[in-house]
Amino acid sequence: MSTSHAPAPRRHRGKVTLVAKHAAAVVVAVVAVFPILYVVSASLNPHGSLVGSNSLFSRIDLANYVNLFERPAQPYGAWFVNTLYIGLVSSAGTVLLAALAAYAFSRMRFRGRRAGLVSILLVQMFPQLLGVVAIFLLLMTLGEIFPGIGLDTHAGLILVYLGGAMGVNTYLIYGFFNTVPAEIDEAAKLDGAGHARIFFTIVLRLSAPILAVVALLSFIGTSSEFVVASVVLTDPHKQTLAVGLFQFISQETSSNWSIFAAGAVLAALPVVALFFALQRYIVGGLTAGAVK
Amino acid sequence: MTSPTTQSAPTTVAPPPSTPVRVAPGRATRAVLVKIALLGVLDALVVYAVLTLLAVGEPGLAVGSALAAALVNWVYLRRDWLPAKYLVPGTAFLLAFQLFVILYSGYVAFTNYGDGHVGTKDDAVAVILSKSLTRVPDSPSYPMSVLERDGELSFLVAAPDGAVLLGGDERPLEAVEGARLDGTTPVGLDGYRTLDFAAMIADQARIAATSVPFSDDPEAGALRTQDGSTAYRYASTMDWDPAAGTFTDRATGAVYRDGGNGAFVDADGTEIMPGWKIEVGFENFTRAFTERSIRGPLLGVVVWTFVFAGVSVGSTFLAGMLLALLLDDPRIRLRRTFRALVILPYAFPPFLSALVWSGLLNPQFGFINQTLLGGADVPWLTDPLLAKVSILLVNLWLGYPYMFLVATGALQSIPRDYLEAAEMDGAGAWRRLGSIRLPLLMVTMAPLLISSFAFNFNNFNLIYMLTEGGPQDISTEMNVGATDILITLVYKVAFGETSGRDYGLASAFSIIIFVLVAAFAIYSFRRTRSLEDTHR
Repeated sequence: MSTSHAPAPRRHRGKVTLVAKHAAAVVVAVVAVFPILYVVSASLNPHGSLVGSNSLFSRIDLANYVNLFERPAQPYGAWFVNTLYIGLVSSAGTVLLAALAAYAFSRMRFRGRRAGLVSILLVQMFPQLLGVVAIFLLLMTLGEIFPGIGLDTHAGLILVYLGGAMGVNTYLIYGFFNTVPAEIDEAAKLDGAGHARIFFTIVLRLSAPILAVVALLSFIGTSSEFVVASVVLTDPHKQTLAVGLFQFISQETSSNWSIFAAGAVLAALPVVALFFALQRYIVGGLTAGAVK
Repeated sequence: MTSPTTQSAPTTVAPPPSTPVRVAPGRATRAVLVKIALLGVLDALVVYAVLTLLAVGEPGLAVGSALAAALVNWVYLRRDWLPAKYLVPGTAFLLAFQLFVILYSGYVAFTNYGDGHVGTKDDAVAVILSKSLTRVPDSPSYPMSVLERDGELSFLVAAPDGAVLLGGDERPLEAVEGARLDGTTPVGLDGYRTLDFAAMIADQARIAATSVPFSDDPEAGALRTQDGSTAYRYASTMDWDPAAGTFTDRATGAVYRDGGNGAFVDADGTEIMPGWKIEVGFENFTRAFTERSIRGPLLGVVVWTFVFAGVSVGSTFLAGMLLALLLDDPRIRLRRTFRALVILPYAFPPFLSALVWSGLLNPQFGFINQTLLGGADVPWLTDPLLAKVSILLVNLWLGYPYMFLVATGALQSIPRDYLEAAEMDGAGAWRRLGSIRLPLLMVTMAPLLISSFAFNFNNFNLIYMLTEGGPQDISTEMNVGATDILITLVYKVAFGETSGRDYGLASAFSIIIFVLVAAFAIYSFRRTRSLEDTHR
């Protein structure tokens, strides 16, 4: 940290420091970007194997992206659709459940409110994947009675994901609701609006940014969730990208690397795009959630 | 937690009765209609669930679901209890799929649930009897056909006395009337489809696996067929004595009895599988801490879990903070571009990054060895120590952007006045960093470091996608590797393909994680509270 007020002999040192800082920034940027460039290059390389992918951008060809959708044993298209479906339904449900609870915590005073907030905070210290064995056994038993929500069903997996909806999400939304002035509610109430109408048409609408962040974070969370999904979904046509692509790599190891790379690029593209579009809100949400 | 006292939230919940607010009738009716409709859907589902539960013989669960549904209806149909109306949906899911799951893990940890110990003792007896079926040497032949209805296979057979019988898996033979015969062979029955030769070939495995019991008594033996046209009588080589609860092997005369471990054992200690599920008390925990083949690897895994989580937090925090300070310098050109580039690893889905790194670091074909190091042979992921280093390096790559983002935000929120005032007082750049910027940064970052530690403690995806916990530890028969952390060990013990499934032991490991995380949570909550207080 040199300053512009440094005396003359230090000027030169300041310049050296600045050059060094630029160099350091370049090095970090290269390390950060390189693996991603590498996977893009591999996905465009028709050689296919891991060794063949080592010469970066030597050939550019979209064959892998076509090939990806033509493998009956590894139905990438189905994985993609499943991931979108499970991710969208669970993130919509998560936002709804968490926002409902956050509204009660933010706008109402009742016995057990503090205890409720604290216990939500406590429960979320224990991520769902710790109970993966019990989740598996629970869905197995459920499935024997209600096949629609048993093992190897999307509905069962979504129900499980919704079990983790409260927790940090409620906290994020709760914090935001607290910044929406309660006078607005009061005014609406005087105008004759019921609590449900205030919640759905006023509070939720004013809280759109945090709802978007919670939706995105929960979408990213569920779409890259592996442990529970891999245990619940066994039929390749029902699996998600995380489960499918992992098994793709374990089965094919290095021989079909560039097809995997194409799959990885396609899977990452929407997430990366959304991330940069919503970056400002996400960063705000991250710190808000952590600082509470 | 935002202090509730700063909020001017309403203290009463329902509109107080003293303020006679008239709600527009149309709106209110619509809201009530929506509510009734939603409750109706829920109740219809619950009625269906209760009927199904009764039909499969689970009256306890049926009553439980009915009571839960009644409670939900009661909450939504009464006028007050407004907070409950908003809390019930999320809480229901939380109770069922988080809290219940935690408690159930606790229960499973005290059982021997796993491969070979799945059902009840009666199930085990039935399976042992049917598994030990062998063809009775002097069995008469039963001419037969294979029939199908609703996807279920049945055998239509002619007994030696000429009677025509029908039965299937777990459906004992019964006499039927009106079967069509071809000579002595029964070939068809109304309401059933007779499988032709091609259909039998297609369903060969299922037909060969079908055994049709003679009666409800499993010891009566069963009919099985190899070719679909002739069946023979099969009987168990094991004699089941229900009174004594023992199996006797007819060939060797060995007697197997309930050994108390959820399996039948003979005098020499030989078990016959399958066994059944029993509660074993603390056995899974005592095994984990005393049995040498588990204790050694487990201890290593626990130590590595802490090292991994601790070093990951430390390294990502340090790198992220340094980078934030570096790019906070306004004299750096293209700052925005640099910022966008260095957070790229955070935007890329982490499970994909880990898979990509597993390719980059592949010892034989990977880019790092082949191109960067000119054909070197560094065992990045296959040497126990180097694999750990690789994991930590990859996690540094994955994790520093998060710390960078948060630190940048925290640095920018430090009021300029503070720094200018310090500068006026003659504080140099280092002094300003050490006395103002870092302490203020830590206030924001400390809770994040705790949640980051908790996250990495269970960072399953990185470990499993990069090394699958390997390289395998060959000094123990347990399926454990050098980079396994507790949660990947749980997964391998419960669902491992090579080692067989042991849900009981895996749940015991989960409980150990629970205890560690809980201890850590309590400790760190206390610490952050004191930290916050000092900066109030």
